[in-house]
Amino acid sequence: MMAAFHAGLRGGAVPPGLMARHEDELGRRFAIYRNNVAVSLGEALATRFPVIRRLVGEAFFAALARVYAEAEPPCSPVLAEWGEGFAGFLAGFPPVAELPYLPDVARIEYARGQAFHAADAAPVDPRALAAADPARVRLRLHPSLRMLRLAHPAVSIWARNQPDGADGPLATGPEVALILRDAGYDVPVWSLGAGDAALIEAMLTGAPLAEAAAMAATAEIGHAPTPLLSRLMQSGAVTGAEA
Amino acid sequence: MLPALPGVGFKPAHFAAIRQDPAGVAFFEVHAENYLGAGGLPHAQLAAIAGEFPLSVHGVGLSIGGARGIDAAHLNRVRRLCDRYAPASFSEHLAWSSHGTETMGTAYLNDLLPLPYTEETLALVCDHVDQVQEGLGRRLLLENPATYVQFAQSVIPEPAFLAEVARRTGCGLLLDVNNVFVSCTNHGWDPRGWLNALPLDLVGEIHLGGHAAEDLPSGPLLIDSHGAAVADPVWALYAEVIAQAGPLPTLVEWDNDLPDWPVLAAEAARAGAILAQGGMGLARAC
Amino acid sequence: MPPAPGAKCEGKGARPFGFDREIEMSAMTSRLVFGASLACALGAMAVTPVMAQDMEKCFGVSLAGKNDCAAGPGTTCAGTSTVDYQGNAWALVPAGTCVTMELPAAADGMARAGSLQALERDLPNA
Repeated sequence: MMAAFHAGLRGGAVPPGLMARHEDELGRRFAIYRNNVAVSLGEALATRFPVIRRLVGEAFFAALARVYAEAEPPCSPVLAEWGEGFAGFLAGFPPVAELPYLPDVARIEYARGQAFHAADAAPVDPRALAAADPARVRLRLHPSLRMLRLAHPAVSIWARNQPDGADGPLATGPEVALILRDAGYDVPVWSLGAGDAALIEAMLTGAPLAEAAAMAATAEIGHAPTPLLSRLMQSGAVTGAEA
Repeated sequence: MLPALPGVGFKPAHFAAIRQDPAGVAFFEVHAENYLGAGGLPHAQLAAIAGEFPLSVHGVGLSIGGARGIDAAHLNRVRRLCDRYAPASFSEHLAWSSHGTETMGTAYLNDLLPLPYTEETLALVCDHVDQVQEGLGRRLLLENPATYVQFAQSVIPEPAFLAEVARRTGCGLLLDVNNVFVSCTNHGWDPRGWLNALPLDLVGEIHLGGHAAEDLPSGPLLIDSHGAAVADPVWALYAEVIAQAGPLPTLVEWDNDLPDWPVLAAEAARAGAILAQGGMGLARAC
Repeated sequence: MPPAPGAKCEGKGARPFGFDREIEMSAMTSRLVFGASLACALGAMAVTPVMAQDMEKCFGVSLAGKNDCAAGPGTTCAGTSTVDYQGNAWALVPAGTCVTMELPAAADGMARAGSLQALERDLPNA
């Protein structure tokens, strides 16, 4: 019974064995369920990927969402976790092949969702840092923090498509996105330079601060780590310091 | 136990307004599945709400009417949520929402889908309710669905089906009065007959929500949209239930086209007035 | 992979004091990068996280309608009277800000204005 019902929801025939008050209205009535599934999943995807929707337009997005929901339906009722494969799906979807930056924008939007729901962690006490030796201290970063190396200027495109985003020509070339949940539960997206990106990457792999700074200076000559570190502290993203 | 007073479904957009003035709303309900993340704003808000008000956790994804057994991993996550907030009530639906296919694994459909009411599905639902109650270590309230089609194979009337599940499993019932009105209108059933067939003493909570109507040649087709104020005929049915059963915890659900907090709070106050009247009626009867 | 920290210090010809080569190199690098006073450099980091103001902003009201909080989708236990738009994604053309956004040709590798029309070649056989 449920297999036939499910097939009907996916666009197949109205399953056998259903009744309506008036037989000739059965299709209309069954369509309520088909519609509920399509619209609610489409809205769920739009809520997770608002910039993708803005980029391709509502009508195209609704149609796109139906194809995606068929290809990769949510496998759990926790809809906030749905859409991990959306970037990869976009990369292989011919009708958007002319917009090669879409997958990178989708990666940013999915990571923001993960960051929003990530575990809590209290910021480190600044006093714990004052006495630390940079050669030995390893800074622990917030569980929400994610860094994405993107082939396209997707951070700029994402920012441009925010409610207060400004118009104008965009940067060219790849960008690095840093996504984290700040102390006010907002999830900003920062664009990182090569040095900052190397610094974060090294810290994420557990390198001591001085070593991470050295790697940053290798990636970007003359790189100064203090501005990024201050910004991370201000956002509550440094959650521990281990000697 | 939830208080026999009005509550509303909690929406993050109302958080600040609720903190400023809860306007007589006595409890809040959330969907379990929206609070299964590890942390962040949802839990900060829920902790603040649960610290001040009784909480009802309402599951939408356990697929109790599904053909397959309860998803153990999902049940476990719901259990951890209940352990974390110790809600006054946990409820779920007489419906299914997940379906496993050979090729795609389990698909979650994000809708409450109907099932036929037969001896076979009765045994299945009872088995699933047992699994949920054991897994959560608490009693469940099972909610009547809003439906748009019927099954030719159904042999048990909906209220009798619910009553039998409750009798066999010891679960309670969540009576959604709007769903009764929607289903009865859609299928040409008599809502008063439906309510008379339900043992009201097993009802632990009432839901009220708004519906939408589509005009079909045979008459209106009602959709349980939760996107409008509660309709007058639903208020009338609700008042009859309260007059008969006495005051019960009553939740106003408004999930789509969300109004400002005062509008929602006014709906809750309307339920509150009916509850107060029902309480007086019972007092007189004693 | 960046070079090992030691490699750069070799370049400076530095083999000053010490016993643990790696730590010594890192400490050397620290001086170069952070300046003379390590404590001061770390002290510059010791800014208290901004809490209260931002908290109020997002804790309550700014979720609806904006992109600034990434809560994402929730479940529904309601039906909808919104009707699904039955467009065919294979036949439709994206028509959002991607069309008007000024993307330098170098950024997406092609001038898109004309190429969107070429989509029909990708349509599946009817």
